[in-house]
Amino acid sequence: MHYLDHAATTPLHPAAIDAMVGVLRGSYGNPSGVHDISAAARAVLEDARDTVASFVGCRARELVFTGGGTESLNLALRGDLANGAPKSVLLTSAIEHDAVRVTAEWLADTGQIDHVTLPVTPSGVLDLDVAAAIIGRFHDRPVIVAVMAVNNEVGTVQPLAEVAALLARHPNATLVVDAVQAPVWLDLRPITANADFVALSAHKFGGPKGVGVLTVREGRSITPLLHGGGQERERRSGTQNVAGIAGLAAAAEITEATRADVVARVTRLRDRLVNGVLEAVDGCTETVADRSVKVAGNAHLTIDGVESEAVLVLLNEAGIAASAGSACASGALHVSPVLLAMGVDKERAGGALRLTLGAASNDDDADAVVAVLPGVLRQLRRGPR
Amino acid sequence: MKILVALSGGVDSTVAAAILQEQGHDIAGVTLKLWGGDSDSGCCSVADVDDARRVAQQLGIRHYVFNFGEEFTANVVGPYVRAHSIGETPNPCVECNRFLKFDRLLQRATQLGFEAVATGHHVRRIAMPDGRFAVGRGFDEAKDQSYVVHMLGQDVLARTLFPVGDLTKTEVRAKASAMHLRTAEKAESMEVCFIAETRGGRRAFLGDRIPLRPAKVIDENGAEVGRTDAVELVTIGQRRGLGLSGAGDRRYVVDVDVANGVVIVGDRVSLLRHAVTLHTVTLPLGPDLLHGTLRVQTSAHGRPVACAAELVGDRLDVTFAEPQARVAPGQSVVLYATVVDNTGERDVVIAGGIAALA
Repeated sequence: MHYLDHAATTPLHPAAIDAMVGVLRGSYGNPSGVHDISAAARAVLEDARDTVASFVGCRARELVFTGGGTESLNLALRGDLANGAPKSVLLTSAIEHDAVRVTAEWLADTGQIDHVTLPVTPSGVLDLDVAAAIIGRFHDRPVIVAVMAVNNEVGTVQPLAEVAALLARHPNATLVVDAVQAPVWLDLRPITANADFVALSAHKFGGPKGVGVLTVREGRSITPLLHGGGQERERRSGTQNVAGIAGLAAAAEITEATRADVVARVTRLRDRLVNGVLEAVDGCTETVADRSVKVAGNAHLTIDGVESEAVLVLLNEAGIAASAGSACASGALHVSPVLLAMGVDKERAGGALRLTLGAASNDDDADAVVAVLPGVLRQLRRGPR
Repeated sequence: MKILVALSGGVDSTVAAAILQEQGHDIAGVTLKLWGGDSDSGCCSVADVDDARRVAQQLGIRHYVFNFGEEFTANVVGPYVRAHSIGETPNPCVECNRFLKFDRLLQRATQLGFEAVATGHHVRRIAMPDGRFAVGRGFDEAKDQSYVVHMLGQDVLARTLFPVGDLTKTEVRAKASAMHLRTAEKAESMEVCFIAETRGGRRAFLGDRIPLRPAKVIDENGAEVGRTDAVELVTIGQRRGLGLSGAGDRRYVVDVDVANGVVIVGDRVSLLRHAVTLHTVTLPLGPDLLHGTLRVQTSAHGRPVACAAELVGDRLDVTFAEPQARVAPGQSVVLYATVVDNTGERDVVIAGGIAALA
């Protein structure tokens, strides 16, 4: 099977597996205890915290380990509301992940905030001029701005430094960054430097599922989602997933050390894949043609005259694991709000195909797509009956 | 044969898949995601998709989810709401079968290289002597679903299989149980799948989409005997929920006039009719078998009664041998005849349609 769905999740780095197995076998202690067995687990946890803090670009005490990216984003968005009256305005880009979008809608529906969506350009990048105008309208109210670092569907890198500069002129602004898709491709430190909260998820860069990170800038207090034993400096109660966190740290180290090579190699692979497909099939459009605004691993196409669901079934049967970019818990596909926000019409959006490469991808993966996709599209376009 | 099995997450489709697999077919499962709104039952919830996916895992087959939500909204939910707004009593399950569960699914399945589609309906596909196919009643008559799939035509039937049509429900459950399939003990879904009873049911669903208007309830002499606050929810034959005062004789809704906001009630006798006219007529075997004494069924589990039928233009006039309770406009009506195949006498669908308003 050729795996081209790295934006959904990545295979574990062998180093992460080794780190986790080592902890699972050797360091079973509860890091909050007083004895040596606890201390050993605590050492694992705090070593990991130092490693991840360096990776992310924050102080160790600014780092909260969570149960994943969605929890981190919920903690940031819901935990930061206590800064009171007048009611905060939550501004989210139109292409945020559901973890932000649905949380924002819920906060608005329950009257806890006012929610405003910031539009994006047809290239899938936040429209800074419009954002500036909208943010300017709320000068007298606390604003929380949530903009992702890298879009999960089309792979566009968002102008966070410019957003931060806009917010610097606001008297009471908070920047929440969903950086879940960023670590493989981008140095996180400049992102963290600009943000009050940054969310990460281990399984997007070779770590295990169910482990995430939220950075909380020094001086910011948050209301926890989970109350209890007061772990993570009272910000996230519950015994830490020590093995998972060790796996996260190991993945972070490898990711950091190999990033430049991976980006260079995967850029070439992605270009080979996309150029090959565009050459081999008609009616196929690269959704964001300007690859300079995208991360290396993302290839996103819209294909005329076919439906994503059918394309994915046939690709799967031909040994290619791909995605349309937008699936819910049931596995059903729906027309992508990201593409609609970019102004892609509904019919074209219905033929979306997302192929995402990762650190372990190779030439064979790219070539397999170029070899298989034309036949799949021919079969589907032949007509139903 | 390469067959795509529609797995609803229920026990019948589960066993349908198991049977085809035992027969050596190359099968894959699919669950249709039809409704994105609030719902707590039927074929649409994530929990049901999870059940279907689990069954596919246990059988070791691939499982896909197809989102036909837009088509479902356009062909089933929209018409359902419109029908209520003009005082009809629609049957959305029939429309779902007409547009989605077979036609649309077959189209996709064919595109993907499948030769046939299978479902867990309790009906039998009967091969007629002339090579055509007919929808026959399921072996378990209490569970027979020929009424809701009556509209299937030759092109669909030629590529559709109903593996549990020869089994009783008890046999189906026993088989699922013996195979330790998660759906073995699952309750049957009986409600309209896109309407959540926990969120106010039909009244709330329709009230969010169309204005619900009050109406007066009068008897056949014109005397006002009650009121209703939502004439769109009233159906022919209804007895309860109209605020009728006094015990007296049992009274039924015999007519609903949405435009004028009037519901007419009468006794059992005034509910009786000799005939019903159908539109949206389907004749899976053509018009040739429409002669002689037929049997007609006017609800999903109604008792079939003798009738005669005549095509008048694109409408079908059905005359009952004995007067029957008036069929609510919007309801499906299905006609059966007995045919003889190599296994004996079979009741098969020869026509169907929707009861017309006027």
